[in-house]
Amino acid sequence: MKRVYVNEQWCLGCHLCEYYCAFANSGKDDMVKALKNVDIHPRIQVEDSGDVHFAVSCRHCEEPLCVKGCITGALTQKDGVIQIDKEKCVGCYTCILSCPYGAVVPSEEGVVQKCELCLTNSAGSPACVAGCPNRAVVYEER
Amino acid sequence: MKYVIIGNSAAAVGCVEGIRSQDKEGSITIISKEPYHTYSRPLISYLLYGKTDRERMKYRPDGFYKETGCTVMLGKEAVRIDSAAKQVVLDSGETVAYDKLLVATGSKPFVPPMEGLDTVKQKFTFLSLDDALALEKAITADSRVLIVGAGLIGLKCAEGIADKVGSITVVDLADRVLPSILDETGAQMVQRHIEQKGIRFLLSDSVQRFENGTAYLQSGKTVPFDIVVVAVGVRPNAELVQQAGGAVNRGIQTDTLCRTSLSNVFAAGDCAESLDVTTGQQRVLALLPNAYMQGECAGINMAGGEKEYDNAIPMNAIGFFGLHMITAGSYEGEAYVVQTDSGYKKLVTADGVLKGYVLIGDVARAGIYTAMVRERTPLKQVDFELLKEKPQLMAFARAERAKKLGGVRV
Repeated sequence: MKRVYVNEQWCLGCHLCEYYCAFANSGKDDMVKALKNVDIHPRIQVEDSGDVHFAVSCRHCEEPLCVKGCITGALTQKDGVIQIDKEKCVGCYTCILSCPYGAVVPSEEGVVQKCELCLTNSAGSPACVAGCPNRAVVYEER
Repeated sequence: MKYVIIGNSAAAVGCVEGIRSQDKEGSITIISKEPYHTYSRPLISYLLYGKTDRERMKYRPDGFYKETGCTVMLGKEAVRIDSAAKQVVLDSGETVAYDKLLVATGSKPFVPPMEGLDTVKQKFTFLSLDDALALEKAITADSRVLIVGAGLIGLKCAEGIADKVGSITVVDLADRVLPSILDETGAQMVQRHIEQKGIRFLLSDSVQRFENGTAYLQSGKTVPFDIVVVAVGVRPNAELVQQAGGAVNRGIQTDTLCRTSLSNVFAAGDCAESLDVTTGQQRVLALLPNAYMQGECAGINMAGGEKEYDNAIPMNAIGFFGLHMITAGSYEGEAYVVQTDSGYKKLVTADGVLKGYVLIGDVARAGIYTAMVRERTPLKQVDFELLKEKPQLMAFARAERAKKLGGVRV
């Protein structure tokens, strides 16, 4: 299936992917209104150290430890895409304990959030990829 | 193929999903003593706390049994396994024949003998939905609640009812709270946090006797109460396998294919033992993620697939009144510790690998540590100085990251 893959050598560490992610998931239609003076909580996060930069988001694993370990059944995998039902989630953080990539993060509503490939928001396909100026994140089959 | 599962919780659901990944046709029968659709047991405290409800605490949607082609026998207790005749005998006298059987009977509360406990009118355990509903019905805004046991179950119970009762006192023989997952320093931090919510702890102490609404403790202290919750621990429900002649230690013995010593009988979840890779010991790992994964593995093997359950570790994510903690592995080894006002971090290394860790407060990305514990990643392959700072993939070699993030196959 198509996933968000990282081309580490192309990543500039600009963090734009984080802003596009936060905007796409804000539910707002104006990027300035959505992000100005706002502490963003993106589902993709860039790690930086010296000259090395790369973005980390959900891998949509074939053997998803977060889904298998979820105590509520809030995390499910459908057609390969791992989704979170925030109504069912109680914020126990067993998924944060389980995810080998650190890709499930607490959300502002007190439960957790993760990349759902923008399939359910207005972007329709990964906004981080569309917004990356250097093809350091791509959405493709590998 | 006739599959039969005794139990209806995480291991049973894992088994159903494991079977169906291999075999869409065989019949699956679920036998459950409890009369409910599969629900998440750890959510009973969240139910009382008001963070979930009966509908949302269903572990799988209403259509689960239909979609997976399961026949469910709810409210029926399996009383005997006849492994020679390959059938399960129910309390009603009915028999259910199997080709492959999963025992996923879970655990039961351990209630130690305590003098006068039989005279206590309002006493509860806290493991099942019925336990939670009965406790909820009994408590009032004035109730003085005595919880015996400061482990995961006792403290989650305390959190669940804290806003609904007059007072809560927790007594435990151990010298600290959550002794199974926390060291002294971590436990003190969590205890202080919980005490701020008005919950009182009497540790290194135990109830000698109950008499007329008062608990008389070993130390000479007395605790007047209206309600007692016994949350000392749990014991595996291993009797069915034991009586059928199967091997049982503390829990039902299983191999890495989740088979018991009885042919065609598998076991998974809180009733069963598995291999803890951090210690190399067979033990009961009574945790929901392990129950699911062991059950799933059993299901795959029952249906003719091949999967080993060979990477289980003790691990916990839990929070009390907004303070989160995540722990995994074992704590025998060299410790790296950082303690601040708001958090605690302990990384334990031995034999060149990360053996275990404790994070309290800031638990972000803890799974990066968990994966290292589970996979026994050699520390010489990572930059451990970076990992001491925080869990991060920067600590791994670029080639390793290309696999993890770039989809490069090995």
